[in-house]
Order: sequence, then structure tokens, then C-alpha cells
Amino acid sequence: MSLLSMMSVTRTFQTPTGPIHAVSDVSLEVMPGECLAIVGESGSGKTTLANMILGILDPTVGTIEFDGVPLSTKRSADERRAIQLVQQNPLSSLNPKRSVGASVRLGLDTYGIGPRSERWQTVEDALNAVGLSGEMRHRPPSALSGGQRQRVGIARALACDPRLVVLDEPTSALDVLVQARVLRLLNDLRRDRGLTYIFITHDLAVVRNVADRVAVFQSGKLVEMGDTRQIFTAPQAAYTRNLIGAVPVIDERELALRNNLAEAQ
Amino acid sequence: MTPILDIRDLHLSFRGLRSVTEVLHGVSLQIGQGQRVALVGESGSGKSVIARIILGLLQETSNAHISGEVLFDEINIGSLSCVGRAAMRGTDMSMIFQDPTSSLNPAFTIGRQFAEVLRRRDPGLPRQGCSTRAIDMLREVAIPDPDRVLGAYPFQLSGGMNQRVMIAMALANHPKLLLADEPGTALDVSVQAQTLNMMHDLVEDHGTSVLLISHNLGVVREFADRLYVIYRGRIVEDGPTSAIFQNPGHPYTRALMSAVPRITGAGLPEVPEVSDDFLAPRFSHGCVP
Repeated sequence: MSLLSMMSVTRTFQTPTGPIHAVSDVSLEVMPGECLAIVGESGSGKTTLANMILGILDPTVGTIEFDGVPLSTKRSADERRAIQLVQQNPLSSLNPKRSVGASVRLGLDTYGIGPRSERWQTVEDALNAVGLSGEMRHRPPSALSGGQRQRVGIARALACDPRLVVLDEPTSALDVLVQARVLRLLNDLRRDRGLTYIFITHDLAVVRNVADRVAVFQSGKLVEMGDTRQIFTAPQAAYTRNLIGAVPVIDERELALRNNLAEAQ
Repeated sequence: MTPILDIRDLHLSFRGLRSVTEVLHGVSLQIGQGQRVALVGESGSGKSVIARIILGLLQETSNAHISGEVLFDEINIGSLSCVGRAAMRGTDMSMIFQDPTSSLNPAFTIGRQFAEVLRRRDPGLPRQGCSTRAIDMLREVAIPDPDRVLGAYPFQLSGGMNQRVMIAMALANHPKLLLADEPGTALDVSVQAQTLNMMHDLVEDHGTSVLLISHNLGVVREFADRLYVIYRGRIVEDGPTSAIFQNPGHPYTRALMSAVPRITGAGLPEVPEVSDDFLAPRFSHGCVP
């Protein structure tokens, strides 16, 4: 059974110039333990979709179910705890006036996870799990490098013991070497803890290497969805082919793949 | 042929309250006439300060200590006065920034900002002349309705459109050198690909030399003829782009290349830990511009 399912979900925003359908008639399912990538350009509705899953926005039409239970923006602490977010920019997503540990602990206090006396221990365990020392919890975010901050962002989500993690462009603000390490960490954590990921990004090369399935969005509509390998070797939609064709590549095999797609068009 | 830009043994340090931070440790770099050269490195490696020194902006910062030579068109930038350096910007050299929308002024129309750029070269250019030349330039960057764009404010245009406007403005005064600092990183991949291709063709037609600053190896491979790899304020490898991509010689360059995820999906890359090897001496592919 699917962990998360969306059934004909539409989200409309009213503006002075008329309604905007940020997400229109989207149905999809996320299986337990998988990594589903949501791909699309800016304005394709990726973030609106994430906000509905996280309970920040309600769908205008349609329903979202988590583990068979309908979800809305009114959620119990336990339902909120089960779906966590890792944000794009680690510098702006951590409170600069709080120590790293206090940021990680915030979720534990909010959702009342575990006895009070054990919460600092949980924070240190979460930091250790992402490859940071427990000592790090006393430091302010400004004393950390970009990669370390993003690890804190991941630790913050993990500390709440989630089942589904929404990763919103988790590595696009990082340098390549750091990005590669963080991606590895995310993969290991998913395997070891049986997590489910929704990985939102516009970086197709990253998607190819971390996702099991890919959903391609264009102006609020789901244009194509399938296994990662199939999407990259035999994309059905012209839009998907264009997206893959625009990725700057660095070796001959990638170039050959891109040329094949261009010929198929 | 003399290079358009010749940087020799450039050192830069910032004086803090208690300590001195060394940022560049002897950088040498040449750009030949009409060449497209890329400078690649991670954040904090010193890429952007090099651009700011070439533009003569960092020289005006009182706690920056710069030594070494920067020869632009055989003129030593260090010997110019503040006014002399300012006169050079926007005429003989121009710059394209990372985020096109935030680098245009939201309070003025594109036409007004374009006129300001053109009058850097021709101070007395009348309004009519400005708009004729602006329209020509906008046509060159494949903007279908230049009249509408000239009357629009930057926030009324898409990011890709603004990027084209920036490219048109940067090339309008026929600069000898164009500096592009992470152009289009803020844009979508398909828009980025389009604008880079366009920039590539335009600088080729105009014979403009380019220094492209980027952290994206894919972008660099498709755009530049020559490549400099910078790590912690040192150039670690340089040579023709194709040679470096086929056969990276420096441990740091090899680490960078192996860390890039591939769309052919060979799995997540193994990343070597930061090691002393990265500080190994410069590897030159021997080809002098």
C-alpha cells in the first residue's frame, strides 16, 4: 500500500489578474521506502505540491492521504512529526540566534517526542547520524560551513523520527564535492532507517543517481511519471526530452545519451 | 599576440582586526584576444575576488592588500587612478552577474538603464539614438519585441528575458573583455542552456574575450576554450578545456570531476576526502595562449 497518495489534487490561487492553477489535477502515489523525484522548472508547482504534503496549504480540490488517513492543514502533532522537510538554503533555514542544538531540539519539544531528560541525547544522536560531533550542538549556525549546515538541516528532520522526508533542493546551494557527500549521506540514511523521500529538484543529473521514480511537472501539470532509468533512456514527453537535453554534461557517454534523445525527437 | 588580460603573481590579503587573511597566493592567468577562458572552483576559492580586482573594485577597499600585476590591454590596472579605473568599467570591460533580475534596477525601465550604459561610451548620445541602438542590440539577443521590452520594468520580464537584456547591455559598448560571474545560475536549466549558447555565438561574432567564472563543470566544458582550476587561492591546473576534461592532471581537478553526478547514472560518485594532494603544485597542459 502506498505511504502517501494524492488524488486529483488541484490548488488554485486567486490573484487580481485572475486565478492561477499552481497545481492542477495531480494524482500520484509514493511507496514506502522509495525515493520519488519531483522535477520541473520554476513555476511548475513543485513547491506548492510540497506545501500541501507538509500541511502548509490545503488543496482547493482533491484529497491527500497518508497511510490511508486523509490529511489537511489541521493535523495532530504525530501526523506533523511523520512528515519532515529539509530546506534548500541551510543558511537561511536555521535561526542565526539559536545554537545548532536548540534548532534540532525545537521539533522534539514541539511534538513532545521522548522524555525531556533524554532530548539532548536524541539531538546528539541525530547530529552523529549525519556525521557531525555531538559537541557541535553548542555552536551557532554562523560557525559552520555550508555542508555542515545542510547536515544540521537533515539532523533536524531526522530527530523527529519521520517516515516521509520532503527534500526541497537539498544540495543545490552546495559545492560539487560537498554535494556528493551529502547525497551519499541521504542515501545511506534512507537505507538504514527505511525512510521515504520526496526529492524536489531541477538538477536532473542528481535525480538520475538518487531517485527510484521521477515525476515531471510543467506549469502545474504532471506530464510524465515513471522509473528513473526509463525516464532518462526513453522519455515519452517532448518536455522531458528538452529538460534532459539542456543539462550541461561533462563526459562522452553523457553526450551520447543526450544526442540520442535529440535524434529521437 | 599580446594577451588582452595578463595577471601575474597576484596576491591578495584582507587585514582584519587582529589577523590577516590571505586569499590569493600568487595567481597567474592569461586571456588571449577573442578567447573564452573559464575559471572554475568551489565557493571561497577566490574566483569572485579575482573578477573584482580585474574590474578595479577591490582596489578601493581599504583593508584589502593587493600585490602583483594585472595588465589589461597592456595597461597596469594597479597604476591607474580611481577615476581611470571607473572610466574603464562599462566601456572597455563589462560584467554579467549571477542573478539578472536583481542586478537590474527595479525603479527604472529597461530603456532608461540601456541609455545609461550607452552614454558611458557616448556621453552626448540623444534619446532617439539610444533607443535605436538598444533595439539593435536586443534584436541580436533574439528578443522578438524590443520596443515593448525597452518600455518595461525588470520585474515585468522573465528571468531569461532579463538575462538576455543583461547580455545585450554588456556587449553594447563593444568591450574588449567580458566578465561573467556564474551567469544564469539563478535560472532554469533550459533557459541557462539557451542563454549560454547565445552568449557563446555573440562573443564569437563580436570577437570579445571572456572570463567565465563558474562552479559548474558542465557549463564550462560547453562554453570555454581554456580552463583554469582554482583551489584555495591557487591555480592548480590550466590548459585547453578538451585536454583537461580528457586527462585531468591535478588530484583536485580529478576529485572535482569524479564528484559530478552523471545523467548516465553510474551511481553516486565516490568522493575523496580533502587531502594535502589538493595543494600539489600547478599542473599545466603546456599550451600558452
